[in-house]
Amino acid sequence: MADAALAPRTAADYALSGPAADRAVAAGLSAAQWYHSDVPRKTMKALMQRRDGPALRDTALWIALHIALAIAGIALWGTLFAVPVWLAYGVVYGSACDSRWHECGHGTAFRTRWMNDVVYQIASFQIMRNPVSWRWSHARHHTDTIIVGRDPEIAFMHPVRLALKALAFIGIVDTVQSLKTLARNAAGRFTPDEADYIPARERPNAIFAARIHMAIYAATLAATATMLALGFGWQSAIPLLLIGGPRIYGCWHFVMTGLLQHGGLAENVLDHRLNSRTVLINPISRWLYWNMNYHVEHHMFPMVPYYSLPKLHETIKHDLPAPNTSIWDAYREVFAAVMIQRRDPTHFIQKALPPTAKPYCAHLHDTLPERERA
Amino acid sequence: MPFVDACATEDIEEEDVIRWNHGGHIYALYHGFDGAFYCTDGLCTHERVPLSNGLVMDFEIECPKHNARFDYRTGKVLRAPACEPLKTYETKVEAGRLLVNVP
Repeated sequence: MADAALAPRTAADYALSGPAADRAVAAGLSAAQWYHSDVPRKTMKALMQRRDGPALRDTALWIALHIALAIAGIALWGTLFAVPVWLAYGVVYGSACDSRWHECGHGTAFRTRWMNDVVYQIASFQIMRNPVSWRWSHARHHTDTIIVGRDPEIAFMHPVRLALKALAFIGIVDTVQSLKTLARNAAGRFTPDEADYIPARERPNAIFAARIHMAIYAATLAATATMLALGFGWQSAIPLLLIGGPRIYGCWHFVMTGLLQHGGLAENVLDHRLNSRTVLINPISRWLYWNMNYHVEHHMFPMVPYYSLPKLHETIKHDLPAPNTSIWDAYREVFAAVMIQRRDPTHFIQKALPPTAKPYCAHLHDTLPERERA
Repeated sequence: MPFVDACATEDIEEEDVIRWNHGGHIYALYHGFDGAFYCTDGLCTHERVPLSNGLVMDFEIECPKHNARFDYRTGKVLRAPACEPLKTYETKVEAGRLLVNVP
C-alpha cells in the first residue's frame, strides 16, 4: 500500500537515479511479485494466441485512412472542408500511432514478428519516440508500474501541474521535448535516467534510430522551406501537416485516453487493480486505442493481444473493481483525485472490489510466483 | 551428467510448456509442435520471470512479463528485452517419461 515515507514531494523525486529509486528497492517494490487474477492455463493459452488477421485488417485500414485523408486534405486545400479532414488525419497519425507503438512494442499485435517490428518503427517515428529507448522504458514500466524512482513512464507526477497536463492535449510541449530528446540521442548523449534503463549495448542502436528520425524531420522542413521559396505560400505547410505536425494537432486522443491509464490511482503498490484503470469507451476510440482501455487486464497479462482483451476482461472481471463507464466518468474520478493529491500526494483512489474478488494484495500467487531468486 | 526423470510426456500438451523444479533449480519443459521435447532454464534471462507462464509459438517461448522471446531449442534470444540466451538441456523419452540431462 502507499507509504507516506515513499510519497514524492517534488518532480525530482521521480528521478530514476535519485534516492527514490534506492528507497523503492529497499522497500522491496522493485522487480517485485505482483498480484494476478487466477486464470486457468488452458484459458490463458487461448487468450494469448496470436493471429495476424486482426492487426492486418486494422493496419490496412489505418494506412488507407492516412492516404485517403492526406489526398482529401490536399485536394480540399483552401476550403473550410479541409479543416475537419486534416483534423481527422491528425488523429489517425498523431493518436492512433500510440497504441500501434505500444502493441507492436510488446510484439503482441501480429503473430509474425517482422510485422510487429515494421509497424513499431513507423509508429515510433510518428509519436516521436526513440524506438530503442522506449522499448526499454516500457519494459521498466511493466516491471515497476508506477513505482516512484523506478518507472520512467509515470504521467501524473506530484505535485501535478494542471496547466502542463492541459497543454499535453495540444502536444506542443511534448513535441518540443521529444525532438530535444531525439536530437540529444542523435548526438550520442543520454540522460542518467535513460542510462538507467537502456543497456549500454543498445545505445548505438538508439543513436542510429534518433538520427534516422531527425533526418526525416530535416527533410520535411527542407520541403516546406523549398515550397516557400518557390512561392507556394500557405501550401508550404502541407509537408509539416503530413509529417511531424500531427504529433501536435492530432495527439489529443491518445493523451485523453493515456491519462486515464493510471491517473489518480496508487503509487508504490504491487497490485495492478490499485494502480491501473479499465474504462469502457466508444468503439471508435477503442479502434484508435487498440483496446488499451482494458488497462488493468493489460498490465496483469501483457502477453494477451489487444484483440483478446475484451475476452480477458470478461474472464477476470469478477476479480476487478468495476470499470469506469465512460471517458467522462473516468475523468471526473481522475480530476477529483488529482485535486486532492495536489494537497496530499499520499491520497489515491481505492475502488470497491466485488464480493467475488480477492482482497487487494492479500493473495499473491504462491504456486506460480512471478519473480524467483536463484 | 545424469538423465533425470522429469515428468510423463503426457503432462505437457503439444506446443506448451510446464515448470519443473529440480535440485534447487527451475527448468522449463517444452513439447514442441514437431512432437519433440525440449528443456531450458525456467527463468527469463531478463528479469527472472518463470517462462512456464509464457506462450509457446512454433519453436519460440515468449516471456509472460516483458514479451522477450527465445528459441527453446537453442536458447537463442529472438526478441528484446532479453539479451542473454537461455541454457538448454538434452532430453530423451523412455517409456512415456521425459528425461533431462541436468548438471
